[in-house]
Amino acid sequence: MAEAVGFFTDTSVCIGCKACEVACKEWNQLKGNKPAFLADSFDNTGKLDEENWRHVAFIDKVPDAPTTTGNGAAWLMFSDVCKHCKHASCMEVCPTNAIIRTEFDTVFIQQDVCNGCRDCIAACPFGVIGFSEQTATVHKCTFCYDRLQSGLMPACAKVCPTQAIQFGPLSELQKKADARLATLQAQGTTQARLYGRDDKVYGGLNAFFLLMDKPEAYGLPNEANAVLPRRNNRTGYLGVLMTAALGVLAGLVALRDRGGTRRAEEALRRCGPTGRM
Amino acid sequence: MAEHFVASPHWEWYILGYFFLGGLSGGMYTLATMLRLWGSPRDEAAARTAFLAAFPLLLLCPILLTIDLGRPLRFWHMLIDTTPGHGGLAFKYWSPMSVGSWALLLYGAFALVSFIEVRTLDGRMRAPLARAIAHALAGGAGRVVIGVGALLGLYVASYTGVLLSVSNQPIWSDTWALGGLFLASGLSGSAALLAWLARYRPEGEATEWRLAQMERYFAILELLLIALVLANLAGAGTLTRALAKPWGVLWALVVASLVPPLVGMGGPAIQVASGTGSAAVARAAGASRTPMLASVLLGVLLMRFVVIFSAQF
Ligand code: SF4
Ligand code: SF4
Repeated sequence: MAEAVGFFTDTSVCIGCKACEVACKEWNQLKGNKPAFLADSFDNTGKLDEENWRHVAFIDKVPDAPTTTGNGAAWLMFSDVCKHCKHASCMEVCPTNAIIRTEFDTVFIQQDVCNGCRDCIAACPFGVIGFSEQTATVHKCTFCYDRLQSGLMPACAKVCPTQAIQFGPLSELQKKADARLATLQAQGTTQARLYGRDDKVYGGLNAFFLLMDKPEAYGLPNEANAVLPRRNNRTGYLGVLMTAALGVLAGLVALRDRGGTRRAEEALRRCGPTGRM
Repeated sequence: MAEHFVASPHWEWYILGYFFLGGLSGGMYTLATMLRLWGSPRDEAAARTAFLAAFPLLLLCPILLTIDLGRPLRFWHMLIDTTPGHGGLAFKYWSPMSVGSWALLLYGAFALVSFIEVRTLDGRMRAPLARAIAHALAGGAGRVVIGVGALLGLYVASYTGVLLSVSNQPIWSDTWALGGLFLASGLSGSAALLAWLARYRPEGEATEWRLAQMERYFAILELLLIALVLANLAGAGTLTRALAKPWGVLWALVVASLVPPLVGMGGPAIQVASGTGSAAVARAAGASRTPMLASVLLGVLLMRFVVIFSAQF
């Protein structure tokens, strides 16, 4: 097993140029969705899906009354990507084992194994995975598995002009992120925080973030909501078991109801063979 | 409060069809088993009808599931692990879709065997293999077989609800009662269907009133589970979404569909439940059950429709 790698995406220096989106599409030969004008910000990509494995979200924080200059926080720029979760919801449910963890500790969908059941889409809490009509399978960020195998860094990290996307061994990135957070805090940017750096969100994310607001503001589940699909197995089956027990009991009662049989037969005798009361 | 940022898997009409038929088939097999094991000898006719119905109801299920896959020809990847270097079977007890694939396969075998057995007992099948099956199932072994088959049937009728909950989708993952709800509704639907079908077999009508009684219990169970689901959703903060237009109205219709079995509209069947009534009378009473059957089955379908679609749109 090679060393675990990761992305440290530092949203505080992202300028929203979308070079990562373009480089990703270039390298991975994604033709992208048909252009659409979404009219809710300068972002027309909209979301991560089968054609968009990096998505730079523009989150509108422009104050209604222009009181201050906004201190650089009028827009939150957020280059979103598959988080390559340590405890990955997608991998947990996949019935074909198409989703595997690679030797680089990244999460990868094997295209020749996936049969397009879409259970992983229902599971991924970040809305990362999309179904492609073209291949009839699902797709997401591969962490440039092919580039990693050739000793190259992923295309998005390579191209990012501000180093908002940093690539490297996970442990090194975590140290860098801690230092960066300390610097920002020292400068009084107290809203800065790390997301997925520790194990509170899905056991830790290989693609983790420095955020300038609450996770929810970026469309990311907070710690309380970062829960795995399998949490509902035990209670779900318990509900089934109770219902089955009551259902079978109901059957037993109906079938063994001797009094009911007698009453029914008396009623029948009274109304005679025509069957009408 | 649960907050969701997931994408929708677009499980739509094929899945609805599967949930509907799978629930009815599993429920039907369970009823058949209960009638045969616990009923009086006169209930055997209805038990046979139920075994005969369970298999055809199931037949479409794997087809619907397969055509819903992006790659139908890879349906067997659910069962065999094709990852290079893995090999062996694909089975994950913590993934309901994985367990369900196996359960469906096994249940299919049981449903088929019981179907063949009953056809042979009815004298409609004479092939040596069919006779061998019927012969093997004549004694205690037969009871064990239908007992196991009924457990699998109960699983097939219910795991689909658990499957939806084992996700991160709004509504689905906010309640743990969907599996139970699907099961209760599958049982009530199959009891209504069986009460309607039973009249096509001489002596079958003898069981009608018992089925009407069961249906009433199942309807009560289903009502309780609907209340439980809605309470779960309220706790998670997704109730408003679950009851938004048009879903609230549809939930009300689902509840309304349970009223006829609850107030015992199956009752008149009692009047013809004697063996003395002529077949014509039995038919007439059966016909009066048709609107009731339609309403119950529509409720079974509608409930699944609301659950599936309200989370995805
Ligand atoms: S972000 Fe979603 S797709 Fe990526 S590893 Fe985590 S659960 Fe899977
Ligand atoms: S769509 Fe493919 S990757 Fe996703 S759960 Fe199904 S088989 Fe696994």
